[in-house]
Amino acid sequence: MTTILIAALVLGGLGLIFGLLLTLANKVFEVPSDPRRDAVRNCLPGANCGGCGYAGCDALADAIAQGKAPVNACPVGGAAVAKQVAEIMGVEDTPVETRNVATVVCQGSLDRCKTKFPYHGIQDCVAATLVNDGNRACKYACLGLGTCVRACKFDAIHIDEYSKIAKVDPEKCQSCGACVKACPKEVLSLQPETLPVRLLCRAAEEGFLVSDNCKIGCIGCELCKEACKFDAITIQNHLPVIDREKCTSCMMCAETCPTGAIWGDFDNRKIAAIDRDLCIGCTICKRTCRFEAISGELKQVHEVNEACTGCGECVKKCPKKAITLSVRKHVRDANAKVGTTMVEPAVPKE
Amino acid sequence: MNNLLLIVVGSVLVNNFVMSQFLGICPFLGVSKKSETALGMGLAVTFVMTIASFFTYIIETYLLIPLHLEFMQTIAFILVIAALVQIVELALKKLSHSLYQALGVYLPLITTNCAVLGVALLNSRQGYNLIESVVNGFSAAIGFTLAIVIFANIRERLARSNMPKWMEGFPGALIIAGLMSLAFQGFSGLL
Repeated sequence: MTTILIAALVLGGLGLIFGLLLTLANKVFEVPSDPRRDAVRNCLPGANCGGCGYAGCDALADAIAQGKAPVNACPVGGAAVAKQVAEIMGVEDTPVETRNVATVVCQGSLDRCKTKFPYHGIQDCVAATLVNDGNRACKYACLGLGTCVRACKFDAIHIDEYSKIAKVDPEKCQSCGACVKACPKEVLSLQPETLPVRLLCRAAEEGFLVSDNCKIGCIGCELCKEACKFDAITIQNHLPVIDREKCTSCMMCAETCPTGAIWGDFDNRKIAAIDRDLCIGCTICKRTCRFEAISGELKQVHEVNEACTGCGECVKKCPKKAITLSVRKHVRDANAKVGTTMVEPAVPKE
Repeated sequence: MNNLLLIVVGSVLVNNFVMSQFLGICPFLGVSKKSETALGMGLAVTFVMTIASFFTYIIETYLLIPLHLEFMQTIAFILVIAALVQIVELALKKLSHSLYQALGVYLPLITTNCAVLGVALLNSRQGYNLIESVVNGFSAAIGFTLAIVIFANIRERLARSNMPKWMEGFPGALIIAGLMSLAFQGFSGLL
């Protein structure tokens, strides 16, 4: 009995001494830790996707707490998380940049883009690329074997059943960029969600080569460049490059494109409207409009006609702020302007 | 002096803790992806093992044996080691934050590391005196550091080489560990 008591006492005493030592050490080696860091970490999604450019959510929380990363650095959390983090850090919530969304820069579905040979190998784009650069006739085409689907942690990509090319669900996409890295064909890219027009083709080849392979590829005809009244389009490597700064969302390039390689967000196309009470008939808007869409005489109320593309130049110029833009409810009458033809929007917005 | 030299050679090479006694395998596999972290881990273990040898000897000789509590050896040793590791962790957090981060979860794991407890128990079983215990603890830890640093360097090299998919990562690492162990057996002729 005494042995047990002695043992218990001795070990208990040892424990007590070590406990005191630890308390002492804790005081001596105290490191002032940032309580905001843990609070920030709790706000972050915790997927450790690395979309922010840091090693994981913990690393980002460290960086934010130290002020090395902006409060809106997490692309997955978006505005909601940025707001919470900003509150913790006690700074103004800087407006989140336009959300990026992974975009499949190819519309070469099976009925549009030819196949070179039947492929029966491993059902993976990387493997298929090793066999004569994939089985699609166009070497820039989406192979549709789902490497990006497997790379996506958020179930935001699937292979479309009919077209057999990858399709991104913009709602689910968290713009982490995992699919962009996974795609061996570099078909995917991160683009701002709100882009009015997108070139959905990467075929940097002579037009006749493209049109041999694909019905919807960019043939480098440069009609879009001519159609753009704002000099926003330049042609590089047989492909138009749209300058996002200069683009006014008039979508004339998408409307003009003969193959449909340029996609336009026609569902959200705008039209100008003039407030009859505010208009003083100064004709500034009429002179500004590059589409001859505004009519009206001096000192008379002006009217916007069907040729309006919603570029918004008149809104900027109107001295009385009498012009507003709103989403147009019907398709623009393309014949209102000579030399333009309406092409069905290549990828209908879902 | 001759005796101490024998202990050093014996613990570092011949009876290497990892390679021939298979103690401390957890950090050996866990922290050996990068040679820098491996060295840090080795140093942490060296520090803990040396001090643990010292304190466990004191506890054993001046507390457990006079009170006839030898049967409480394991528990008492674990208590000492656990407290020591906690103090080391606190000190590291203050003095070298990068090392603290690099060691991460493995530092608390030294608490239950069989190598540290093993050296304390072996010291007592071999009947070493204070100096011999400390030297044995230190050299055993040096042996551990040697093994883990060599292993980490090989793994770094392997990670860059073109391995078959099924050999990448742990399968390859385990085979390397086996081959290293075989190589260390060659030292058994030394003593």
